[in-house]
Amino acid sequence: MIVYILCFILFLVGLYGLITRRNLVKIVISLSIMEFSIFIFLVLIGYIDGGIAPIVSEKIINPEYVDPLPQAMVLTAIVIGLATTAMLMSIAIRLYRKYKTFDIRVIKNLKG
Amino acid sequence: MNSLIPLFIILPLAVAFIIPIFGKLTDYFAKTITPIMLLILCFFSISLLFNSNQESYIIGGWQPIDNIPIGIYLVLDGFSKLILCIISIIGFLVSIYSISYINKYTSENNFYTLFCLMIAGMNGVVLSGDIFNLFVFLEISVIASYALVAFGVGKNELEASFKYQVLGNIASFLILFSVALLYWQTKTLNIADISNILKTHEGSALLTFTQIFLITGFGLKAAIIPFHAWLPDAHSSAPSPVSAMLSGVLIKAIGVYVLIRLFFNMFVFTYEIGVVIAVLGTLSMIIGSLLAINQWDIKRLLAYSSISQIGYIMLGFGIGMMILSKGGKESIAVLAIAGSLFHMVNHSVFKGLLFLGAGAIEYRTNTRDMNQLGGLAENMPITSTTSLGASMSISGIPPFNGFFSKLIIIIAAVQGKFYLLAFLAVIVSIITLAYFLKFQKSVFYGKNKNFTDIKEVPFAMSFSMIVMLILCVGLSILAIPSIREVILDQAVNSLINVDEYINLVIKN
Amino acid sequence: MQGMSLIVKKVAQLMAGLIFIYGIYIIVHGHLTPGGGFAGGALIAGSYILAILAYGSDTIKLKKEETGTSLTESISILFALMMAVAGFFIGTKVFFNNYLPAGKIGELVSAGVIPLYNIFIGIEVAAALLTIFLALIIYKEEIEG
Repeated sequence: MIVYILCFILFLVGLYGLITRRNLVKIVISLSIMEFSIFIFLVLIGYIDGGIAPIVSEKIINPEYVDPLPQAMVLTAIVIGLATTAMLMSIAIRLYRKYKTFDIRVIKNLKG
Repeated sequence: MNSLIPLFIILPLAVAFIIPIFGKLTDYFAKTITPIMLLILCFFSISLLFNSNQESYIIGGWQPIDNIPIGIYLVLDGFSKLILCIISIIGFLVSIYSISYINKYTSENNFYTLFCLMIAGMNGVVLSGDIFNLFVFLEISVIASYALVAFGVGKNELEASFKYQVLGNIASFLILFSVALLYWQTKTLNIADISNILKTHEGSALLTFTQIFLITGFGLKAAIIPFHAWLPDAHSSAPSPVSAMLSGVLIKAIGVYVLIRLFFNMFVFTYEIGVVIAVLGTLSMIIGSLLAINQWDIKRLLAYSSISQIGYIMLGFGIGMMILSKGGKESIAVLAIAGSLFHMVNHSVFKGLLFLGAGAIEYRTNTRDMNQLGGLAENMPITSTTSLGASMSISGIPPFNGFFSKLIIIIAAVQGKFYLLAFLAVIVSIITLAYFLKFQKSVFYGKNKNFTDIKEVPFAMSFSMIVMLILCVGLSILAIPSIREVILDQAVNSLINVDEYINLVIKN
Repeated sequence: MQGMSLIVKKVAQLMAGLIFIYGIYIIVHGHLTPGGGFAGGALIAGSYILAILAYGSDTIKLKKEETGTSLTESISILFALMMAVAGFFIGTKVFFNNYLPAGKIGELVSAGVIPLYNIFIGIEVAAALLTIFLALIIYKEEIEG
């Protein structure tokens, strides 16, 4: 039970960074931290008490594996998160070249 | 013929990866192969629409064990067929339009690659029968659209793309969190199987929690109030063919479609969720149109009016859900849902046409400010005629198609005794007419101040606009009951009869 | 971009080779242990990026490398797609079918066509990550002259 509360605390840390930080790169890092908390939550769902890692071998007889499906989901989701972070960082680098600063209080051209 | 369903995903994906290899050798490779591929998909989807054969396709051939599905399924029923037609037809017309428009930018190979990836992702979302597969294809199409919004790298486009990305990222992991919660409760990822298991669950608090997170996540993708903050910036700064695709197809295929599929076919109807969806729809209708009155930028006005029209669609679905959950008369709910589906088809056609017209104006005059334009009707006859037709259609003037779909939604609201909602829908329609008259007068009619020597747009752009105007007038025949039964009623039936969806996947 | 000091170069020389071999191990054993194409591809890209960062980007021709990795990515995805479409014609005529013979559970050469998919997807992920990295370096070199 306490591990789920720790996941939630990690999510809140990411949310705090997203709301209060003014630097573009820190916003990107906070979004990454929020995503990682969801991945940890997903892997914890498939845990069975006393289970072993799902690796097939001949020497283990009558094994009780933990659920391998959330692990496959998290592998795919990690690569998707990587692609999203790469996209965000390229736009942040281009914005730095145009505005010469990373501060979001200066980048406010579109209004209304 | 039906066993060729995966072609909808294979063809755009293959073309998207062939273009970087051969695009460096010849000049016109990307411009010719994308419209040809989309034309093939167009014919295929229209033939599937009239074939009236629903089917599910198992990828990899993993047959179910003990009636429990273990593979990834692609399910094609009435609702998916309708959205596939919309994606293919609007995608084909926009890709022909961008043959001339893309001359303003460099690196056109990258544009067509991203465009094909976006279409492959949307087709995957519409066809998928498994929630995690839906999430993966959702991410493919959304990441391609982030890059397309920032395509001309100026200051406004980059800022709009960054705002769009941050909010879209939050939406994506709210959706992933809901998928995790659903897996925790039901231990399976197949939509039909989850529907089977949830029929015997009572309504627990965790289930309502999951539903609220799903409404938030997909509401951010569909730009319902109060999740609309990214839409005016992103849709007004993108290049015009991309705006037409985003506003006409993307927010419906990955926002409204998934929300309706999950709430009608997967969860059990409850009255409270119907109230939530109807209230969100009404708020979007009113606030979207009130914010659009004061805009002086053409594409920002069109983006705010998109929010308003999506509110109409959600209102129709909300009324249907409220009536069905209380066990009321089923014919009224069928009318409301059919009106919403018809309005989805109509909105993609006339909003696409309006954005393409705005792009044509920008192509010739290089400005989007309504204060500087005026009197363009003599210089650009085709653009002004098609834009006038689309404006009359969105305001609800007969005989264009917008009138019939709004009429069906208002009649369904009156028959179901929701008099306040019907009154608000009529008022919003009048406000829509007001700001579109302002748009037409200040851009096309009036005195021509600065642009007296511009010509009409090239042939590729005007071809797409004329075909869309013909579709605007022609789609009003869908209101006639005999034609409506062929096209719309199979979609409505697949939403209301949940057992039909389950029987496509779990054949017992 | 200049390289780093001598110690970093020597250690990167040793570690890049080891990480590359470990990445190939994760890809090839994808049907027996957790991992597979995605994770192994990220590891292989990591070993290349370590070598480029330690020795500096002045030692490679950036434009040629970037066209090379972009072409590798497109070709390996097309190979994977062609193998999936070949399932339409062989065996039980379904997309993504498993049409090579499945051997004993737990052996390296078993489970039909899955190890081949892992290899192609691993090459593709590594090439994609390298293309992103090289594109960002080229952009920085262009702006700073």
